Amino acid sequence: MEIVDILISASFWAAAVRIATPLILATMGELICERAGVLNLGIEGIMVAGAFAGWMAVYSGTGLWVGVAVAMVVGMGFGLLHSVLTVPFGLSQHVVGLGVTLLATSSTYFAYRLALPQVTSPPKIEAFQPYEIPILSDIPLLGQALFSQTPFTYLAFALVAATSIMLYRTPLGLAVRAAGESPAAVAAQGLSVTAIRMGAVIVGSGFMAMGGAFLTMSAFDSFFFEMVNGRGWICIALVVFGSWMPGKALLGAVLFAAFDALQIRVQQTSLGVNIPYQIFLMAPYILSIVALVLVSRRAQVPAALMVPFNKGER
Amino acid sequence: MRLEPITNPSLARSLGPPAVAVVATIVIASLLAMVAGANPFSVLGLIIKGAFGSQFAALETLNRATPLIFTGLAIAVAFKAKFWNIGAEAQLYAGALITVVLGTGALPWSSVALIPTLMVGAVIAGAVVLLVPAILKTRFGVDEVVTTLLFNFIFLLFISMLLEGPLKDPMGMGWPKSARVLSEARLPRIVDGLRLHWGFGLAILCAVVVWLVQTRSTLGYEMRAVGLNREAAAFAGIPVNTVLVKTALLSGGLAALAGFSEVAGLKGSLTLDLSPGFGYTGIIVAMLALLNPLGVIVSALFVAGIFVGADSMSRAAGVPTYLADMMLATSLLLMVLAIMLTRFRVVRD
Repeated sequence: MEIVDILISASFWAAAVRIATPLILATMGELICERAGVLNLGIEGIMVAGAFAGWMAVYSGTGLWVGVAVAMVVGMGFGLLHSVLTVPFGLSQHVVGLGVTLLATSSTYFAYRLALPQVTSPPKIEAFQPYEIPILSDIPLLGQALFSQTPFTYLAFALVAATSIMLYRTPLGLAVRAAGESPAAVAAQGLSVTAIRMGAVIVGSGFMAMGGAFLTMSAFDSFFFEMVNGRGWICIALVVFGSWMPGKALLGAVLFAAFDALQIRVQQTSLGVNIPYQIFLMAPYILSIVALVLVSRRAQVPAALMVPFNKGER
Repeated sequence: MRLEPITNPSLARSLGPPAVAVVATIVIASLLAMVAGANPFSVLGLIIKGAFGSQFAALETLNRATPLIFTGLAIAVAFKAKFWNIGAEAQLYAGALITVVLGTGALPWSSVALIPTLMVGAVIAGAVVLLVPAILKTRFGVDEVVTTLLFNFIFLLFISMLLEGPLKDPMGMGWPKSARVLSEARLPRIVDGLRLHWGFGLAILCAVVVWLVQTRSTLGYEMRAVGLNREAAAFAGIPVNTVLVKTALLSGGLAALAGFSEVAGLKGSLTLDLSPGFGYTGIIVAMLALLNPLGVIVSALFVAGIFVGADSMSRAAGVPTYLADMMLATSLLLMVLAIMLTRFRVVRD
């Protein structure tokens, strides 16, 4: 019964949408990269870098939205590095991605130690505050869950819509999808596969960094080591779960977050206190793997994902 | 621009790019040291001195290299067959777990019987942990990158649960720590009085065995064929899925030996900080060694040296230890680029 009470409470769904937001942003970023044919395993490190960059910018005195932009630019910088190595040079996307994650994470921690050598606990910033959208936020349950979030969450939903429209309704989106399915056809049209793929990785990495920045600028108001804690890898799974489609990936992110929010609450129920808390923390990861097993058979993988394109060879 | 294969690379072509990569890594590390307000020459000197400057330092480096040889071999074996095992961390803990489960008194045997049993147990545990992602890949087409990565988180939580539950040491003052393994389960030191255990010898032996398997056995040939071109290998009649599963078993077993050797050789018990990311660092070790099992020994010593050296440099010069990770990430990215440039020429359109 306690679980039913949780599931019909507005605060639970509000928490689910809040937990989903960084996943939504970073999943869109990964989805754009993979749709163009590039697996970006730099995601975990880029989220760390974005979380730090946005927070540090605001701590140094910029406005919140400037902080978001700074995070995005830092993410795009790592995206540029990733794309130069994987696209024109065609290096292993697995190795480069893991290398970028290590570089982004370690340079973030290095920068943190240099910027704040003395502190024992990281300073706080004035983070984004919830903004209740007039009228819509008065809807029972839905109003509190969807329309009483911070502006950063609204931006994430807007980005999903924008990504979807871009991919399916614009010539640019057609070119991106074609670069991931049949790069030779793109080249035959006189377009540059290299430029399209690099652009997708750079923009996608910017989104990933924004996902990280949400953690330090909206979900919390400070930067901690290990705060991204595998969220990037979850996003890789969410892209597969969503069959490389923005809408389905959004749904996957919200479902995952709802499950995450649920496990936190069940831990405190009379049933949950007798179960080791690690079981609850494991559950979202196990759920991700189960979900992948269920969808992988019929997933529509972009045909040229992880296949480098070199004009010389046909 | 596009890439053109070079049929007969000259000596300069083969050695030039890797040499430039090494120099560039050193230059970047020096610049970072300057950013941190230290003298770059003294920082580099302190790293080398901290890693190899004394007998104590050199032994510390060898000890740190031991688990990295095991995880580096695990990754080298898997990546050679293009099986992307990013979960060596989980397999390492599986090996460590079996070592404490069986080594803390469950088997009251002498060293001669106990140590090999623990070794075999660890190998089986690691192999089983990687078998699950391997079967999910071959049977259901689930990408092993994601599953092995997520397994790391799941398995570490599982260990944490055991350390706060059934495996918790009653004498541990409340810390999540297992009981110590029996003295019969401890790996002896190679030379009396020197702090270096036989785990290092076992690691070298494993590297040689893996090298023999890769270059002299049918399985090694099949693993290479599957890695080079999966379709062509299947067409040639190689059972691709079986080879991938065998690769996974070998890879998981090798990574688990890192956990066994850390517990039985060095720490004596299992804690949640047994591995500071040896499983992930193994990827760098393997890549820097160009996936060559004997090269893994050299690159593990190099990587361990950077870590040990950076620790002592950081204490002396005040530069954050994360410089070590940045150097390794930089050298990894530059080295994969350099290796490609030894075989391809960049041509402008």
